[in-house]
Amino acid sequence: MADARVIPLYPDEDGTSSAWGRCRRDEDAGTGATGSDGADDSEGDPAGWQLALAEAVAFARRRLLGEYTVDEFGFDRELTDRVFLPALRAVYDNWFRVEATGLDNVPGDSAALVVANHSGTLPWDALMTTVALHEQHPAGRHLRMLGADVVFATPFVGTLARRSGQTLACNEDAQRLLRSGELVGVWPEGFKGIGKPFRDRYKLQRFGRGGFVSAAMRCGAPIVPCSIVGAEEIYPKIGDIPPLARLLGLPYFPVTPFFPLLGPLGAVPLPTKWYIEFGEPIETADHGAEASEDPMVIFDLSDRVRETIQETIYRLLAQRDSVFFG
Amino acid sequence: MPEVVLVTGVSDFVGAHLAGRLAAEPGVRRVVGVDTVAPSRELARRMSGAEFVRADIRHPLISRVLADSGADTVVHAGSAPEGATLARSSATETRVLGTMRLLASCQSSARVRKLVLRSTTAVYGSSPRDPAVFTEDTAPRDPPSSGAARDAVDVEGYVRGFARRRPDVGVTVLRFADLVGPRIDSALTRYFAAPVVPTVLGWDACLQLLHPEDALAVLRRAVLEDHPGVFNVGASGVLTLGQAVRRAGRLGVPVPGALASSLAGLLTGGGVFGGAGQRVRPPDFGRVADTTRLRRCFGFTPRWTTRQAFDDFVHGRGLRPLVAPEWIEAAEREVDRAMARIG
Repeated sequence: MADARVIPLYPDEDGTSSAWGRCRRDEDAGTGATGSDGADDSEGDPAGWQLALAEAVAFARRRLLGEYTVDEFGFDRELTDRVFLPALRAVYDNWFRVEATGLDNVPGDSAALVVANHSGTLPWDALMTTVALHEQHPAGRHLRMLGADVVFATPFVGTLARRSGQTLACNEDAQRLLRSGELVGVWPEGFKGIGKPFRDRYKLQRFGRGGFVSAAMRCGAPIVPCSIVGAEEIYPKIGDIPPLARLLGLPYFPVTPFFPLLGPLGAVPLPTKWYIEFGEPIETADHGAEASEDPMVIFDLSDRVRETIQETIYRLLAQRDSVFFG
Repeated sequence: MPEVVLVTGVSDFVGAHLAGRLAAEPGVRRVVGVDTVAPSRELARRMSGAEFVRADIRHPLISRVLADSGADTVVHAGSAPEGATLARSSATETRVLGTMRLLASCQSSARVRKLVLRSTTAVYGSSPRDPAVFTEDTAPRDPPSSGAARDAVDVEGYVRGFARRRPDVGVTVLRFADLVGPRIDSALTRYFAAPVVPTVLGWDACLQLLHPEDALAVLRRAVLEDHPGVFNVGASGVLTLGQAVRRAGRLGVPVPGALASSLAGLLTGGGVFGGAGQRVRPPDFGRVADTTRLRRCFGFTPRWTTRQAFDDFVHGRGLRPLVAPEWIEAAEREVDRAMARIG
């Protein structure tokens, strides 16, 4: 407990072990501490708001002077932890009231490939899965998602995606991340899934070409099937305007009961109740390295992952009484 | 162990320093530096010990120079002048035709045993459809279609052809990331030296840089040891463009893409339409190269990270930040002190 009270106002040069990170650890340690220690803390230390302000100022200084680290994929861990995730956490807790289960199926310190169903017109499901894995997983894992090339070809969006740890869905990047022990997320349905009409909700679309399976097999990383319920109703897509989509260079231009009728207000997602379940990991290492070249094995595994997700979705749907209240 | 080395492009920082250092190697008997223009006084001092021959590699005379020197090793450092990834120059002819002529001379020379090409990671191009990190074997989705980068692709193509025709010659192709250093004068260093730096609106490229000392160390090893093949050479770690601008204490001004290159050209003295032969394009996607193969085969890890190389450039150039970092740090301490008084 001795070093638990050291709260540096000037964190390390590299900015990765920020004062904020240490404070969080202090809090964790504090919950397990005895009562007398807890009383000590509240007397001797500066008030919470002062710490928060000091951290915010230190954070601002590091940003202004460029003293932060971005990895080769463009992932800015500090910016993600301090700005993106807290903002998304608010949506996670208050808007969608996400209930995440099966987090112990996600390894704490080794590589794994999280495969999930995709829906909802805008990728809220991907963002909420990221929050679940960082905020609710004991190891606080960062999900490194693989996105379509249109994401990275769009100004602002592309940069934002890279800073928050996403990269292009290609074999090179997927394997590089998995080999370095990262948790990688894929949505193999792609635009067929996220842009499907409302009547097709919770019907899994075709799973790409199975590239994600071969990437996992080559790296010997387990596949964690992830089923998301609730995301498919946030924007009930009842129509599409292909000419407008072509004009804007988008894969689709959604029409919902509120969009584009109500303008930006129509872009507010409906506050559905969400369930995210991480299933049992499917091992890929025992197939052997040469199996990654065998299309039969890849199709089998891909189908197995798809069926697991579909079945879990049906089970979760059967348990659910109301779209909005769960 | 090479005895006689011919180095092209010695009016450049890297070429001149390499020639000087090779001349100081005990095993190397003679170093001949070739370029169309004489090196500056300072660079000439660096390459003392090496001979300088003023020759144009496009000219038929180059085969005489090569034969007369009796070179067994040729370092072609003049095909990718410093900052080739940013500068678009009208010197395509020098780069491509000069390389062809030089390779033709090498092919007809029975003495040449080794060719080292200084190339650039710009051959990978830069697009949002590319993987984040390029290995030597990555097929670029969007190879460069114009400018110095395109020339570098062509030059590598001719070198591959040469390697096929002369399998007895060991060919090493070194793809260098952008060099930054206090004494490197390139489009990129001029770009960061401008007080106001135009960046592309909506983009913040990841830059991988290389300290010239590391570039020289790798070139030296490539000449003295035998490492045939293609190698990426870049520092570890990346800086985003915005981060680099802030570390240099510059003011980054995001402007729409088309405007950015004209503005950058104006600020770095290249002219709005690239009239002076230099056209600067601020990086929008950036590019990072994997250096695993270099570290494994050469047993060499660049000593400077991208960040250290850039900081060395900033300090060495004496770039004065628009807002001193001390002010920002002082402001932070002031806030902390004010809070301590309240609490």
